[in-house]
Amino acid sequence: MHEMSICESIVSVIEQQAVAQSFSRVKRVRLEIGPLAGVELEALRFSYDVVTKGGIAEGSALEVIEMPVTAWCMPCARPVTVRERYDPCPDCGSYQVQITGGDELRIRDMEVD
Amino acid sequence: MCTVCGCGAGEVKIEGGRAHRHDHAHDHEHDHDHHHHDHSHGPARDHHHYGKGPAHAHAPGLSQARMIEIETDILAKNNEYAAANRAELARRGVLALNLVSSPGSGKTTLLVRTIEMMREEVPVAVIEGDQQTANDAERIRATGAPAIQVNTGKGCHLDGHMVGHALEGLEIRDGVLFIENVGNLVCPAGFDLGEAHKVVILSVTEGEDKPLKYPDMFHASDLMLLTKTDLLPHLDFDVERCMENARRINPKIRILRVSARTGEGMEDWLAWIRISREMNRIGRK
Repeated sequence: MHEMSICESIVSVIEQQAVAQSFSRVKRVRLEIGPLAGVELEALRFSYDVVTKGGIAEGSALEVIEMPVTAWCMPCARPVTVRERYDPCPDCGSYQVQITGGDELRIRDMEVD
Repeated sequence: MCTVCGCGAGEVKIEGGRAHRHDHAHDHEHDHDHHHHDHSHGPARDHHHYGKGPAHAHAPGLSQARMIEIETDILAKNNEYAAANRAELARRGVLALNLVSSPGSGKTTLLVRTIEMMREEVPVAVIEGDQQTANDAERIRATGAPAIQVNTGKGCHLDGHMVGHALEGLEIRDGVLFIENVGNLVCPAGFDLGEAHKVVILSVTEGEDKPLKYPDMFHASDLMLLTKTDLLPHLDFDVERCMENARRINPKIRILRVSARTGEGMEDWLAWIRISREMNRIGRK
């Protein structure tokens, strides 16, 4: 259940930004999340509604942009696409695959009033 | 409420600075505009409050909707706390190891045995993370090593903020700090505490496919300790397959088979700690 703490962090960033950029209402928040970030999206959405209640982001829409998992196959010496950390290279079958992206956990932007 | 660790807000307790036992009531009420605290106050050192966020987030706003780009790492705040812990640990010459596992893997037993073997050669301290009770810290203190218990309340992991405050209550220098995380193979993988290494502990009474089931943790760890190996004759556990699974997730992971009961592998584990300490120290001065 660390989705709850992730939502707390999101709210904390929003509150800081509210002061820095002078807004009082958040309408939409867009996140970038990779499949390897260890976040369950359903739990995140549920937590977001709970955590934003009573604050400036209450009722705001949460949009998630799902990022791809990218990797580098060492034997093939080129980028490949995999689904999980333990997947072999789709071309040569080797497990010498270095994950290069897919663990993103970022707030990209938000729409505010 | 702690701005990093939202889970179990107001239920986080840190107990036992310098082996001093201290019970206190600790209630927080919270909403996003105001923070109200109700505490019975004890000595500041032993009593840490989670809940000093910005009190009023409202600012005079523009009426028109606009987009603002943030591009902020959601865990940036935790990472800041972790970086501060790392700097403090470096300043004190302390090697910090973050021990992670499922509940019941034998972390505390292994730790007690490790401390007994190491205490003569190097100062050792422990930060114990559990949802409730100070039982584990008491087990550690029975060895003579200082231990601080952090109760995360409903929380599923330790975070950089909690560890930073626990660190304030420990006087360790030029030694080894073990951080025994909350028993959970999922969430602690995502939270840097400022440690030099994560060490994942897997007991042979669990399945050999655990690395595949919980890949994030095995990917985040530098060392895997396969514990309770004295039980292997009674089990169908396939050690080779377990190690292969761990290396599929993390080709760089080192694996040691240990038994706190028979002492198997304990010398290797201690050697790994010594070498890590050296590596951590080289180039710092």
